[in-house]
Amino acid sequence: MISGFTLSAFPDAAPMSGLFGGILIGLAAALMLLGAGRIAGVSGIAARATGISDSGMSTSSAWMFLIGLPVGAAIVAIASGGLKPSFASPVYLIVAGLLVGVGTRLGSGCTSGHGVCGVSRLSQRSIVATLTFMAAGIATVAFMNAAGLEVLP
Amino acid sequence: MMRRLLPPLVSGSLFGAGLALGGMTDPARVRGFLDIFGDWDPTLAFVMGGAVLVMAIAWRFREHMAHPLFAEKFSLPDRSDLTGRLIGGSALFGVGWGIAGLCPGPGIAALVIEPASAAIFVVSMLAGMFLVRLVEGSA
Repeated sequence: MISGFTLSAFPDAAPMSGLFGGILIGLAAALMLLGAGRIAGVSGIAARATGISDSGMSTSSAWMFLIGLPVGAAIVAIASGGLKPSFASPVYLIVAGLLVGVGTRLGSGCTSGHGVCGVSRLSQRSIVATLTFMAAGIATVAFMNAAGLEVLP
Repeated sequence: MMRRLLPPLVSGSLFGAGLALGGMTDPARVRGFLDIFGDWDPTLAFVMGGAVLVMAIAWRFREHMAHPLFAEKFSLPDRSDLTGRLIGGSALFGVGWGIAGLCPGPGIAALVIEPASAAIFVVSMLAGMFLVRLVEGSA
């Protein structure tokens, strides 16, 4: 999306878009930390907004953050002339969604809370959680590829 | 009221824009990053690196602040114990992340990109979260 430097070994990679996207995510999490004094962990905020969790920021703040996610994505989609990624079929989405929901509650966080906010704070729990879910994700994709399971059209 | 609600809305919007720009709302990109034994796509390492870099600086600022800009006090996790629950839960999350190439933030952000698919994922995710609460009682 943003051109600039590319990686000759990985022609499909988008390092500049990735870096700028990451910086925006970091600024978002920094605003939550320094502005509201809280962790921008999406799974926790989603649980808080829906009443699944009783602790955390106010329900109204949680909803504001969650509403912002698609708003921000829509701005990028419009600015870039539309994003057309393909998604997994419903059965895969349901199984994956259930695992993500159960796993993030048991594991107290996801890619944002552990992976960005916790790792940058050098939290022992977040570093272990991040290494664990990355390893599990890598193993899952490797297994599905080996088994010939095509997820994305 | 606005002083309380505007920061999370701005934060969420920046977050969603970053996810979409970085390619996190594209399951092929995410699965490509996890596919280290196949056709690896390193893009998400740049997303993660950029986000962690900015946040590492933010944590330094936090050390010099008595309270947040728009709230009375910091409310941050302070646990450091490694439990089976943390590791087992993170492993389950990772399996789900690998299957569909979606984690919670991109799943919700993708509601404007591919509404039907994203909604199936988000509703299933909330059902999974609710299941944990049902089994464990309120938390």
